[in-house]
Amino acid sequence: MKKIMMATAAAALMAGTAHAEDVKLGILIGFTGPLESLSPDMAAGANLAITQINESGNFLDGQTVSSVQGDTGCIDASLAVSSAERLITSDGVKGIIGGMCSGETGAVLQNAAIPNGVVMVSPSATSPALSTVEDNGLFFRTSPSDARQGQVMADILNDRGIKEVAVSYTNNDYGKGLADSFEAAFTDSGGTVTMNASHEDGKADYSAEVGALASAGGEVLVVAGYIDQGGAGIINGALDSGAFDTFMFPDGMVSETLESNFATLTEGSFGQHPSASGDGPVKFQEMGKAAGFDATGAFSPESYDAAALILLAMQASGSTDPAVYKDKIMDVANAPGEEIMPGDLGRALQILKDGGEVDYVGASAVEFVGGGESAGNYREIEMKDGKMVTVGYR
Amino acid sequence: MDFLNAFVALSNYVLIPGIAYGSQLALGALGVTLVYGILRFSNFAHGDTMAFGAMVTVLVTWWLQSLGVSLGPLPTALLALPIGIIGCILMLLATDRAVYHFYREKKAKPVILVIVSMGVMFIMNGIVRLIIGPDDQRFLDGERFLISARDFKEMTGLAEGLAIKSTQVITLITAIIVVALLFWFLNRTRAGKSMRAYSDNEDLALLSGVNPERVVMLTWVIVATLATVAGVLYGLDKSFKPFTYFQLLLPIFAAAIVGGLGSPLGAITGGFVIAFSEVTITYAWKKVLGYMMPDSLAPDGLVQLLSTDYKFAVSFAILLIVLLFKPTGLFKGQSV
Repeated sequence: MKKIMMATAAAALMAGTAHAEDVKLGILIGFTGPLESLSPDMAAGANLAITQINESGNFLDGQTVSSVQGDTGCIDASLAVSSAERLITSDGVKGIIGGMCSGETGAVLQNAAIPNGVVMVSPSATSPALSTVEDNGLFFRTSPSDARQGQVMADILNDRGIKEVAVSYTNNDYGKGLADSFEAAFTDSGGTVTMNASHEDGKADYSAEVGALASAGGEVLVVAGYIDQGGAGIINGALDSGAFDTFMFPDGMVSETLESNFATLTEGSFGQHPSASGDGPVKFQEMGKAAGFDATGAFSPESYDAAALILLAMQASGSTDPAVYKDKIMDVANAPGEEIMPGDLGRALQILKDGGEVDYVGASAVEFVGGGESAGNYREIEMKDGKMVTVGYR
Repeated sequence: MDFLNAFVALSNYVLIPGIAYGSQLALGALGVTLVYGILRFSNFAHGDTMAFGAMVTVLVTWWLQSLGVSLGPLPTALLALPIGIIGCILMLLATDRAVYHFYREKKAKPVILVIVSMGVMFIMNGIVRLIIGPDDQRFLDGERFLISARDFKEMTGLAEGLAIKSTQVITLITAIIVVALLFWFLNRTRAGKSMRAYSDNEDLALLSGVNPERVVMLTWVIVATLATVAGVLYGLDKSFKPFTYFQLLLPIFAAAIVGGLGSPLGAITGGFVIAFSEVTITYAWKKVLGYMMPDSLAPDGLVQLLSTDYKFAVSFAILLIVLLFKPTGLFKGQSV
């Protein structure tokens, strides 16, 4: 009996020492909720970066990294905060990749990350409100703010010579934030928004909404909604009544569903969604295929980059303490330094170990601006001959 | 000033959608009013009865489509409709046998039956979601438009387009046929007369030899037919999603009460009153007024009384006003 007790105690001790060399990161995204279909590919992206770091063996004198998952429910702030508390206090994570949706991310930041001094890098929260939030230098995001998307949308419209638009947005943080930032940017550049009205998701009939929009008029209808929800209803209603023929589709609308259901009906319509050009995305897609997940899934590249940035910053500062490495995240993300593509994480670790500098480009062409958010690269698309084609990058 | 364009814009966004929506509400309200008049309780399960009938029709439509059966320009759902009606009748008769019969024997108060119908509502709601799922389902095929907005503009050269969907025409024609049949049945046939007698005075009807169980059965058969037709028309014209039928309950009850509970004519009038109030109060009149007024008076704002988010609030407001000032409704139904 005594021997067994001794053995267990020894085993526990050994397990304890093994833990000490193991750095944990939390993956805190909406595994349930309205965006649950995106989360598996996002988690796979983040885990791929961790696997590559571990395989290189260069990380902080041979330490290994592991991940712990937490669920936010996407729209459930209390679930998100309690998951974050669990990750930080009981699992002891040194950094969090998350949250997923804008509202829940703000709640976790205020109630769990800042009080405990843990770094958060969100791959997908895009609300403009998160740019100005007081974060003690702990919050970053590899996705662009919708304020930037609003500006890009105004640029696209101006380049096409369109001066008057009507806006219908989905009634939540995302839709309202995007619609407001777009209206501000477009009005500043001399355009007119004839109507900026919300629609509720999940209704059967949008003819009343479309009637009001048609009455307000405009050359193009901007639909800042979700393609699987009210956004499709608004387009159907507008096409049926002949109110609008041309639409602008922000990121919530651009998808394969849009192409297959509406490409022929909305000939000449256009839109944009966050997507980087160049070698990074291509390389990441190959790696994703090899690892067995869909690397083209929305925000999967951003998740990979979020994990990579945290780990590279730890390497650069030589510490896993969030209070120390948080200052290095901007350094590894931006120039100067050697450009790092996805899959080059081992080399990046070596450069940092030797005292060099890196400029992390990664899968989503990371370039941090402001308080630490992606400058944002957008792919501009257009409906031509029943197909959704890329017309350029911004 | 351009009255023709103003009228076309008004028809496109207010009159035609309003008539279609009004017909769908009227059919729904007729079912509610019949249950109230003859069985003497407010049937909260009516919205989900519509969903159930429509669901059976959708499933049969899919089956017919997979066999390659079609009606050409008409939606296949019309062919599946009779089977949907039979499915819904069986469901309602089974519900009556299992649930309502028990309370009728005990001569339960109407308020108890209302609560019972609420329970039935939740169960039906669950059954529909369990079978077909909570998502939007498409089952419309055939020709979508009688006239599309683009064709209309080319034909007439007007600035405004007018779109008439084939489902809107089908809705109106079907509603007229169903209502005509219903009135013929209630006024001209022996069974219909016995139903009206039972509704007017239960004791006298029993004394003159009306069989109450038969009247109840007939009522459920008619209610199931009306509910299925209304549900399928709404699903064809808009889209089939179980939850929206639950939401329809409010405008349907508002229509039945505005018209006067228990009065079939009132239910139809109520349906159109509610539909047009919802559409006109939330419509932005800028375009129509812009055409009607001289340029100097043309409005700058949207001239929208209420945002479209408040569509259901309009039904609520009308319901309250009627209950406060004329509880028997427009056509002297029973007071609530």
